[in-house]
Amino acid sequence: MGDILSKYDIFGAFWVTIQLSVLSAIGALVLGTIVAILRVSPVRILRLLGTSYVNVFRNTPLTLLMVFSILGLSFILGINLSQDLSRNAYLWAVVVLSVYHAAFVCEALRSGVNTVPAGQAEAARAIGLTFGQSLREVLLPQAFRGAVAPLGSVLIALIKNTTVAAVILGTSEAAGLLAKITENEGASLPTFFLFALGFVILTLPFGILFTHLSQRLAVKR
Amino acid sequence: MSSEIVLFDAPGPKARRRHAILTVVGVVVALALVWLVVRKMGEANQLEGYMWAPFVNDPEVWTQYLLPGLWGTAKAAALSVVFAGIFGIVFGMARLSSNRWISIPAGVVVEFFRSVPVLIMMVFAYFGYFATSDLVSAQTAPLAAVVLALTLYNGSVIAELVRSGVFSLPKGQSEAGLSIGLLPGQTLRSIQLPQALTAMLPALVGQLVVVLKDSALGVVITYPELLNAAKTLGSAYANTVPAYLVAALIFIAINYLLTRLARAVEGWLKRRGGSHRAAGAPDAEITDLEVGSGVGTGGGR
Repeated sequence: MGDILSKYDIFGAFWVTIQLSVLSAIGALVLGTIVAILRVSPVRILRLLGTSYVNVFRNTPLTLLMVFSILGLSFILGINLSQDLSRNAYLWAVVVLSVYHAAFVCEALRSGVNTVPAGQAEAARAIGLTFGQSLREVLLPQAFRGAVAPLGSVLIALIKNTTVAAVILGTSEAAGLLAKITENEGASLPTFFLFALGFVILTLPFGILFTHLSQRLAVKR
Repeated sequence: MSSEIVLFDAPGPKARRRHAILTVVGVVVALALVWLVVRKMGEANQLEGYMWAPFVNDPEVWTQYLLPGLWGTAKAAALSVVFAGIFGIVFGMARLSSNRWISIPAGVVVEFFRSVPVLIMMVFAYFGYFATSDLVSAQTAPLAAVVLALTLYNGSVIAELVRSGVFSLPKGQSEAGLSIGLLPGQTLRSIQLPQALTAMLPALVGQLVVVLKDSALGVVITYPELLNAAKTLGSAYANTVPAYLVAALIFIAINYLLTRLARAVEGWLKRRGGSHRAAGAPDAEITDLEVGSGVGTGGGR
């Protein structure tokens, strides 16, 4: 165990996991919000664009998107995000993780909007609030609160899904490194539990935080 | 309830004009995106006929590559779903047990496998055990690792579904069971569980989408599934990009149909009435996210 820790850069691998998680979470949140706005917009064609985005990326395996980004987009179509090979793979991993999880962020936000009963909007209109006021003061605050719990699930899934980047990042990332260690040194349960523990530490606080938040912020109906 | 009713008034003349402008903008943006993709692919000679022709006029593309790959995916998914269902019901019930010596360990197991990434379990099971020992033959080793990892993760998710399904039943159900003299275990088995399982049917079908997508992780440990087949097809016919696109289309079509099926089952359960509300997850909007979502949930709830 000790020599595995000194021989392999396990903390470095988890540092990559954390970087990927943070960058893709930001990317997915921005992109997902845009898609969500499209999906709830009153314009049919924009809704159609948003729906197609969600249907395509939600139903494609993340692994396929990862492999395709390097073998297809980068090598064959020549779309490189960086001249440096490993930097290119790293940036593509962030892009793919963002694009994939944006579909789920969109659905989380939309489900938040759907928790608001129609009566709220009708009441807001009935007391004479303008469209902007009713969105700002009545609808969006409730919608955001309803979206907290599903957004938390998406964030946790994103952290775990960064391991899929191993198919293009190789051993610089946690799952790839575990594969290499296990292949070289044989099965070692302590190593497995160390990696598992790493992910428990990364995801558990968010699970508790988001459950707590969603209960605190819940709108009583 | 659609989000439109909530968010927007019926459009007046001004809003209708604005919507017309936005429609034009939307169409232009969509066309620009399509044009960009076509141009990029054209520049890299990916639109040439010889790249796409094999999918139509060479049956070997299907019989030698794609269909066997699809069979590999289906086999792994089917086995995993069956085992995960058994795992989920056993651990879901164990977690609901009134005996702390059973419920707490079951809870630890479920939470653990829910928060460890599937790929971590898969590579460890494969490189650590199945590939090196003679537990299984070298041929079935990748399949065994894929099925084991998918079973542990999805089984834990299903265990949570079972638990939340039972929790969302009205209290009167278990009280009625107990008051006619059934033991707590009997009440769980013959009164609560059947109702919970029916109510979580849509979520179960949705979980199948997760399993199908995650089976593509098998590519890391050389399991011959659809993505792997597309990879070898791409190098055999020198048409990597079309091969991946076709594989993606197959995945999207299957998963889209499964999601629709889950919705249909949900609608059918609602129409059938009888039981209170479609559960699985106590609030319908979360079911909406999880049906066919595939992000998985996880974390310490």
